[in-house]
Amino acid sequence: MDRFLSLFQDYDILGAFWANIQLTFWAALGSFVLGTILALMRISPVPSFQWVGASYVNIFRNTPLTIIIVFGVLGLYSQLQVQLNENFNLNFFMLAIVGLTVYHAAFVCEAIRSGVNTVPLGQAEAARAIGLSFFPAAWLIILPQALRGAVAPLGNVLIALTKNSTVATAGSVAETSGLMRTMLEFNGDIALLIFLIFAVGFVIIVIPIGLATTWLSKKLAVAR
Amino acid sequence: MSAHRQTVLFDAPGPRARRRILIANVVGILLVAAILAVVLIRFAEQGQLDAGKWSPFLQADTWLNFMLPGLMATLRAAAVAIVTSVVFGFLFGVGRLSHLAPLRWFCSIVVEFFRAVPVLLMMIFLWIGLANVRIFPPQDVPFIAVVTALTLYNGAVIAELVRSGVHSLPKGQREAALAIGMTRQQSLRNVEIPQALVAMLPALLSQFVVILKDSALGAIITYVELLNEGRRLGSAEGNMVPALLVTALIFIVINFALTALAHRLSRYLSSRTASRTAQVSPTPNLLPGEDTAEPAKRP
Repeated sequence: MDRFLSLFQDYDILGAFWANIQLTFWAALGSFVLGTILALMRISPVPSFQWVGASYVNIFRNTPLTIIIVFGVLGLYSQLQVQLNENFNLNFFMLAIVGLTVYHAAFVCEAIRSGVNTVPLGQAEAARAIGLSFFPAAWLIILPQALRGAVAPLGNVLIALTKNSTVATAGSVAETSGLMRTMLEFNGDIALLIFLIFAVGFVIIVIPIGLATTWLSKKLAVAR
Repeated sequence: MSAHRQTVLFDAPGPRARRRILIANVVGILLVAAILAVVLIRFAEQGQLDAGKWSPFLQADTWLNFMLPGLMATLRAAAVAIVTSVVFGFLFGVGRLSHLAPLRWFCSIVVEFFRAVPVLLMMIFLWIGLANVRIFPPQDVPFIAVVTALTLYNGAVIAELVRSGVHSLPKGQREAALAIGMTRQQSLRNVEIPQALVAMLPALLSQFVVILKDSALGAIITYVELLNEGRRLGSAEGNMVPALLVTALIFIVINFALTALAHRLSRYLSSRTASRTAQVSPTPNLLPGEDTAEPAKRP
């Protein structure tokens, strides 16, 4: 028990989790915006937009996140001299957020598209019948209903994003997986305890997200 | 969905709408061209388009010494993890369907736990933990850690697929099996699971894509797979950007092929089972019963 408490004193475990939560928050915001734009492009009548949306999804959904994050540091930063912030650490943090955003935007796009599938045809027909063209119809009629239908899959993306924020360690960001590695290296005798602290930490974060999105998806579901 | 859906979302375009679409189309193409141009100019400014950066990929040595061994290591880890996680998934998926309550609870806790913990954390724990206990030869530890972590996570997801596959079968299947005198176990083994298996095949293939992608996490724990070899090539030849891009391209091609196969399979198999063969998104669901919230595909 003493060892357990001293672990929390010697290492900033909560700070590491806070870093993951921040990564998740900003990447969730970014990928939601980008994913919504991509979804609109994919259902639009313009061939070039459709093509861009589909290519984006196919490319980023099939690339390992690790490569994207590593590319942020070794490619964007070291080779292409892309610097998002003067502060060294903050720069890596922001690059990791960009990496998480572009990867998860592809999944958000697919989640919203699956939500579009839940909107009955009659809605689109009615929108057309009152004279709305594509963009107003999509923005005012289809998307609001699609988002309600997409709450459950979007929640799954958020859960995956929360867990994937640990990959930011490959982008030189100080967060849980890096801290756990340091702790394991110096306290090999209580390795299982250390792992369980972090594992339970993630269970505590992830389970409420799952419960909340399940509850929300039922509450927001359009009664038909 | 696409063609059917899209013809409904907007009317058959008349002359004005056609003109607008044409203009938007041209604007879209110009935008894409502009973005590409910005990227290429940036590449050129930083010397990333120099022939010297890309020419290593024309030499056999690059492929023989770096990319192919890396690809083999990735495929080996993924293949072993696919087999073990399918076994794990079936054991625990069937365990969750058992009518022995303690067994059901045990399997549920294991499955829910491993679905909620990040794969990378398990990998790092196994990597350092196994190195400490010295059961396995040190050079095999990263491989074992990668495969075990992938198995625990993806096995848990597959267990959910098995369970939801059986649950989404029409009730009549079990009732018919019971009516001809099968026990519940026989009905599960001979009637329900075979059909659930067919229904879940496309989702299973999508999960294989996840396994293949996540095997790249092994690069973080010093498992020498494709990403690590690509990085090694990048430092050796001083062409990090091309090396990482080619590495990503190899992953994309393999995963794209697997995804395309899953799509075709789901269309082909839909006539072979009483269940629906919807494609499940490759992101994991967390809680039991969430699959039912997945919207049904339109016919």
